[in-house]
Amino acid sequence: MASTTPTQIDTAPPVSTSKRSTGRAGDKIFAGLSKGSGILLLVIMASIAVFLTYRASIALSKNEGNFLTTFDWNASANPPVFGIAVLLFGTVVSSIIAMVIAVPIAVGIALFISHYAPRRLAAPIAYVVDLLAAVPSIIYGIWGALFLVPQLAGLNLWLDEYLGWTYVFDKTQVGVARSLFTVGILLAIMILPIVTSVSREVFLQVPRMNEEAALALGATRWEVIRMSVLPFGRSGVISASMLGLGRALGETMAVATVLSPSFLISGHILDPGGGTFAQNIAAKFDEANEFGRDALIASGLVLFLLTLLVNGAARLIIARRKDFSGANA
Amino acid sequence: MKLQRKNMLRASALGALVVSGALVLTACGSDDNTKTGDGATKAAAPAAGDIKCEGAKGKLLASGSSAQKNAVDLWVKNYMAACSGVEVNYKSSSSGEGIVAFNQGTVGFAGSDSALKPEQVEESKKICTGGQGIDLPMVGGPIALGFNVAGVDKLNLDAATIANIFNDKIKKWDDEAIKKLNPGVTLPSTAIQHFHRSEDSGTTENLGKYLKATAGDAWPYEAAKKWPAPGGLGASGSSGVATQVKQVDGAIGYFELSYASAQGIKTVDLNTGAAAPVKATGENASKAIAAAKIAGTGSDLALKLDYTTKAEGAYPIVLVTYEVVCDKGNKAETLPTVKSFLNYTASDAGQKVLLENGYAPIPAEINAKVREVVNSLS
Repeated sequence: MASTTPTQIDTAPPVSTSKRSTGRAGDKIFAGLSKGSGILLLVIMASIAVFLTYRASIALSKNEGNFLTTFDWNASANPPVFGIAVLLFGTVVSSIIAMVIAVPIAVGIALFISHYAPRRLAAPIAYVVDLLAAVPSIIYGIWGALFLVPQLAGLNLWLDEYLGWTYVFDKTQVGVARSLFTVGILLAIMILPIVTSVSREVFLQVPRMNEEAALALGATRWEVIRMSVLPFGRSGVISASMLGLGRALGETMAVATVLSPSFLISGHILDPGGGTFAQNIAAKFDEANEFGRDALIASGLVLFLLTLLVNGAARLIIARRKDFSGANA
Repeated sequence: MKLQRKNMLRASALGALVVSGALVLTACGSDDNTKTGDGATKAAAPAAGDIKCEGAKGKLLASGSSAQKNAVDLWVKNYMAACSGVEVNYKSSSSGEGIVAFNQGTVGFAGSDSALKPEQVEESKKICTGGQGIDLPMVGGPIALGFNVAGVDKLNLDAATIANIFNDKIKKWDDEAIKKLNPGVTLPSTAIQHFHRSEDSGTTENLGKYLKATAGDAWPYEAAKKWPAPGGLGASGSSGVATQVKQVDGAIGYFELSYASAQGIKTVDLNTGAAAPVKATGENASKAIAAAKIAGTGSDLALKLDYTTKAEGAYPIVLVTYEVVCDKGNKAETLPTVKSFLNYTASDAGQKVLLENGYAPIPAEINAKVREVVNSLS
């Protein structure tokens, strides 16, 4: 977050006249090494991009369906027919559900840790939340399939009963809750730690003066948070959310284990069905032939573009708000 | 302070990893559905005498179908115990991956759930100089239909009813069609939840072939690795489907028999038109494979299974996995090992290992032809 400025080096005390000094040679080697690493990274990125685009273009040129509108994925068949519509829809919907659930909770936890909890409690809670991030995603998947899915049966019935009129929560199919909604909840749990810990760090950086000034004006604690902490932390929370969104968009194993995929777009998020980019790649890769893999790579490229777009949008939002807050992303 | 916290974090992250690692291991453990342990000891007995190691040397790489993994693992174990200095390494991934590796020339043979497609044979000619890829049937196995219906211990179904269940035409367990096949059984009115593989799979393709051949109009879909029908619930892997069936009341799903025995899932007895409904067992699957005809030409021994067989005790929903090799133009350095290893797997001793481990042996006549072809490989 906070960037160290190069001027700090200048103000450092002059190097003692040690006999071991590597002198200019060391300087040059280090400069060369770091420059080399930088260039290497660009070369690797470029070659990955070229490789992916090349393989994807092979797939796209032979696709008998419409890549954007076909509701099917038969890329290993002859002739190949595949389209990403369902995957795009499922990826976006499950990620939105995850964000809607996770971000408010994460901000709440972060505020509690940074401003409400007694110091003794704050550290362990922060630590437990961070620990959530250390759980491998396949474990979330197994837990989701074996525990969360059966437990959600009741909630699904309740939502269907009382919110069924909204269309979105109308459950039209029989079947256990292996749905996009369940995936969204699972993803929310998975992105909670990253959103929480970044938000917490930002909230802790709010200048003490601002808060004390608000208090001096007679603000309650809630008003302090509303007037000084939240405006200051807003862009930080946005970038935290984007980090979380990135994970939600690309999550593979947990989704593949929990979701019952189908190549249909349905607005009823409680019904089993749908699919996401990463889940589809995991499900199809094993039995795909050479060409089928090209098609999967093409879908991966779309996910890449989607992530890029989301990140770009987030940066725009942050850039526009930068003037109003002290935290920068 | 900060440093300390970081260390603490690291330590507990490590702890979490260990715990979750253990979880993964146990998860794998429960998936490993054949009794590898005692199977190996049982099979180790006849070892040396039946295995001819002549000329075999070095390292043999193979890759492919996970459906035959447990069988190949046992064979490899016995084989390597008998032939010192030889290493056979079967990487269990998937049929598709195995064939891709075979056609790239990186493996000595591939394991596959289905015979080579014409375009794959065409591609194999590049690797097999002067020859082409051929299929050798090596491992059979029954695909069981597991069910979980409270209060029901025994269930008979026929092909059309199975098709209608998986096609969403029959929605409740007390449907007339199911009642008629199960006189005297009290069926609850629970909704049917049918599970299929969410990823592409040879198991799906083989069930599809059976339904296509036997269910008539009730099953309008072509057999494919991808699940064709619109409804139902998907789960990933045979173990995923089995776990869901075990967990959900009113569920039915399909998987290799060993998964059913491992999790104690009841399986459907198949009403094939024979005098009595047939249980899903290795022996019964072998009886059905015996009705198969060889469909391949030349030295290719791809089988055409007779799914409509009404032979007594023949369970026709079976999976036959093949070993894919070149008939001519195998790599010189691995050829002797391939011949010697496949000779063992196709031998009576090799096939006996299968029955002891939930698989179905290939019938003797077909097996004899396999050995003949193996000996003629060059």
